[in-house]
This record gives sequence, C-alpha cells and structure tokens, in this order.
Amino acid sequence: MSEQEQPGGKPVAFRGGGFDYKPSKLTALLTFAVLLAIWEVGSRTGFISNLVLPAPSEVLAAFVQLWRSGDLWAHLSASLYRLVLGWTMGTVLGVAVGFAIALFAPVRASLTPLVAAIFPVPKIALLPLFIIWFGIGEASKVGLILFGTFFPTIIATYGGVDNVDRSLIRMGQSFGLTRAQIARKILLPGAMPVILSGMRITSAIAIILIVAAELIAAQKGIGAYIQMAGSLFATDQLIAGVLVLSALGLTVSWLITRAERWLLRWRG
Amino acid sequence: MEKTPALRFSGAGQIFDTASGTLEALRGVDMTVGRHEFVAVLGPSGCGKSTLLRLTAGLLAPTSGTVEVFGLPVDGPRDDVGIVFQKPTLLPWATIEDNVVFPIRHKQGRVGVEDRARARDLLEMVGLKGFERRLPNELSGGMQQRVGIARALLLDPDILLMDEPFSALDALTREEMGFELLRIWQERPKTVLFITHSISEAVLLADRVLVMSERPGRIIEDLPVPLPRPRTVETTSSKVMHDFSGHLRSLLLKRAA
Repeated sequence: MSEQEQPGGKPVAFRGGGFDYKPSKLTALLTFAVLLAIWEVGSRTGFISNLVLPAPSEVLAAFVQLWRSGDLWAHLSASLYRLVLGWTMGTVLGVAVGFAIALFAPVRASLTPLVAAIFPVPKIALLPLFIIWFGIGEASKVGLILFGTFFPTIIATYGGVDNVDRSLIRMGQSFGLTRAQIARKILLPGAMPVILSGMRITSAIAIILIVAAELIAAQKGIGAYIQMAGSLFATDQLIAGVLVLSALGLTVSWLITRAERWLLRWRG
Repeated sequence: MEKTPALRFSGAGQIFDTASGTLEALRGVDMTVGRHEFVAVLGPSGCGKSTLLRLTAGLLAPTSGTVEVFGLPVDGPRDDVGIVFQKPTLLPWATIEDNVVFPIRHKQGRVGVEDRARARDLLEMVGLKGFERRLPNELSGGMQQRVGIARALLLDPDILLMDEPFSALDALTREEMGFELLRIWQERPKTVLFITHSISEAVLLADRVLVMSERPGRIIEDLPVPLPRPRTVETTSSKVMHDFSGHLRSLLLKRAA
C-alpha cells in the first residue's frame, strides 16, 4: 500500500444499459431521403445510366401512369386473387394436418418424414409439373401457393401444439374434457402464437412464389407486369412494379401484426 | 356411526411401461380416508405420491388392486373430486373468473349467471376480490395458486386432491397458503388428500400423515397428528409439533440411509 485511498471512491461513468435501443424515426426518414437525393442527382447528371437505373422521378411517373391507366388494379387484383386463395387454402389445410399430426400418433409417424422430405424443396421447381397437371391458368399458380404455404404451416402448427404446457392438458382431462374440447379450448389457443408466426413466414413465401410463377407464365399479375417491363427494357416500369411488391409485403406484414395484437392480447 | 370411507385403496399397484423397461411406481397400497378427513401423504421424491393422486382422480387405472371413491370403483374423472395441481395450470388467455368457471363451461356447455356469482364468491373467499377480470400473468404465484383452489372448489367437490400445491411458492407464501387452506377447509369441510414432501406442512395441515417408502411406493406408516384444531401460527412453534416432526424426519431419513 503506497498511497492513502480516498474515501468514497471516484466518480465513474454510468455503464448500464449499453445496448438500450433509442427509437428514431427521423434517422430512418433522413437515410431514405438522402439515398433518393443521391440517386436522383446521379441519374440527372448522367453518372448513372438511364438504362441501368431510371431516376426516382421517372419511376414515380411510371407508377402514376400505371395507376391512371387502371392497369395497376388489374395486375394487383390478379396477384391478390391467387395469393388470398392459395394462402388461405394452404393455411387451413396446413393447420388441420398439423393438428392431426400433433394429436394422433399414427398420423405423426406416417406424415412427419414425408413433410420433412418435401418441406426443403424449393416449390418453384414444381411449377412446370403443376402446369402439366393443372394447365397454364389460375389453378397451377394457386396450387403452387397452396403447396408452398401448406408445409411450413403444418410444421408450425404441430410444433406449436407440442409446445403447449402439458400440465394444462392434464388439467383439462381431470375436469373431464373430451379430446375434442381439449384440442379446441386448450391446444388451439395455446398453439396460436406459433401458428401466427408461421403465418407471417408463409405470407412472405406466398408473395415470393406468386411473383416467380407470374414471371414464368401469366398474362396479368404484378410479376407479369415486371416481366413485360423487363423485356421492353422499361426499367422505370420494372422498378415501379417492384415498389408495388414492397408495399404489398409491408401491408400483409402489418395485417398479421394487427391479427397478432388482437388474438394474443392476453400476452400483454 | 361408521360410513363408507370417502376413499379406499385395496392392494393397489401401478406398473408403467416406459421406453427403458417397466417401472413399478406403487406396490400393494392399502389406505382409507374418512369423509371430511384431512390426510397428508408424505414421501421422498419419486416415491409414487403423484401416481397415488392420479389414481384417485381417475386419470389412471391401477394395474392391480382397486381404488374406490365412496364405495365405487374409480373409472374416470368424477365431479365430486376436485384437483389442485402443483403448478397453477391456468389458461393464460382467459381471465381469472373465466378460469374459475372453466370446468362448468365444459360440463354444461354454458356458464350461467349463478355460476359466475359462485365463482366470484369463491374468489372472494380465497382473497382475490377485484381480480376477476385480470389475466393470470398479472398475478403472483401465490395468487395464481389461489385461483386454482377456487377452480377446484367450483363444483363443490366432496374430495379435494392436492398435489404439492404450494411447492412452487416461496417459503413465506407457502406457510401463509397453508393457513389459508385450513381456513377454507374449516369454512367448507372437505375430504382432503394432500401430497407433499414437506414434513412441517404435512404436520401443520393434516389429521393424519401417511408416510410412503421410496419406489415402489408403499404406505409404511399411518400416524394421527397429535395437534388440536384450530391450528395457528403458535402451533408451528409448539413442542408437540416439533417432536412429531422430528419423529417423522427420523422415519424418513432412516429409510433413506
């Protein structure tokens, strides 16, 4: 001990909360605005070739034209129709099969290896087969989305049911609930958080699949619009189409967040 | 006047088939519990205490021997048997009141106004007035367990089975809940089968303590508790309680050694 320690210690900087997140909407907006400005200026000065990337103002003009001509709605409604139909059927069937797997041991034993084998296949690879089976029309596209959302939903559903607290099931049994009552009143709400996060993933999968399918074979649809724009080197229209997809994805994600808030309000 | 006992085990045995072979949980269990008697079952962990309770609840059929409730063989969950579990087992998405009426909703398909009134009375009795519309995760562990007790009492069962109901609670809350249970039991006499591994809890609460051996579980001692009722905080520090607890402890530890 060389020196006398000062009583009371030294002042130190506050070190808690190092990873605290401070939300800042302004920063996000600013980043967006700066990028757009650089892009616009780059395009106007000729630094960015018009053929490679049109200016944001040109993209906006293409979008306005798409809107005014009524084509936007025609393409969007074609895509939405396939999306909603395919996704709804895939989800309903997936939840039903997922429940069957979770509740019945023979079903689990027979189906889980099959699901595991088909799940990792990129479903777009099956589009040619679907076209052979169902023709070039709506059925092959709806079928592709159905197929693509069906398997992840199965996995999410039985995973969610398996995760429901076993003691709740025993509680239900002790009060004399039937298997069907336990499934509906305990397992379904208990698995809902996992099923909903599965829906978030399948909705993204559905958008990817519909655009891919429309790029390959469709007259109408956002994917078809992008494909047409691409073959005409109309990059302004092409990017306008991509922006529509971005908006579509954001809307779907927002809807699911709303559904989660409402269905899972008990999680506080 | 000797009536049919509320609960009778005659040579009850339970063997489970597991992936790693058979497991004998209970062997030749003989016991009777009289109506409105408070019986604690005390034993080391894994001795088959919970199996005993599941047999009584009708969640399990004995592999040998018989289990009778009011003279009738148990063949499924009965309305006159209520269960309080180790964990509160409340539905996290349902309000406290909805959790309490849960058994009725599935028995009758609907919940009547009088059922809800009874649920609110029970909640008031367990000290949860004003929490009817709250969700389980807004309540402390002890409060959640009280909801479980109110739910078990809703169908006004004659027999109350309690499977280490306070073991997940902190020591202080646990003692408080013990006295709470005694108060409820005094107010509404029930036949209680109380599973526990706490010696002091068994002694404080029960009329009679059944001591179980390690697996395969058998009842090796059947001792009446020499403490008068009502039991209070003073009881916990009395010499009789101390001596009797010591006796039980030496019994259990001798078996373990």
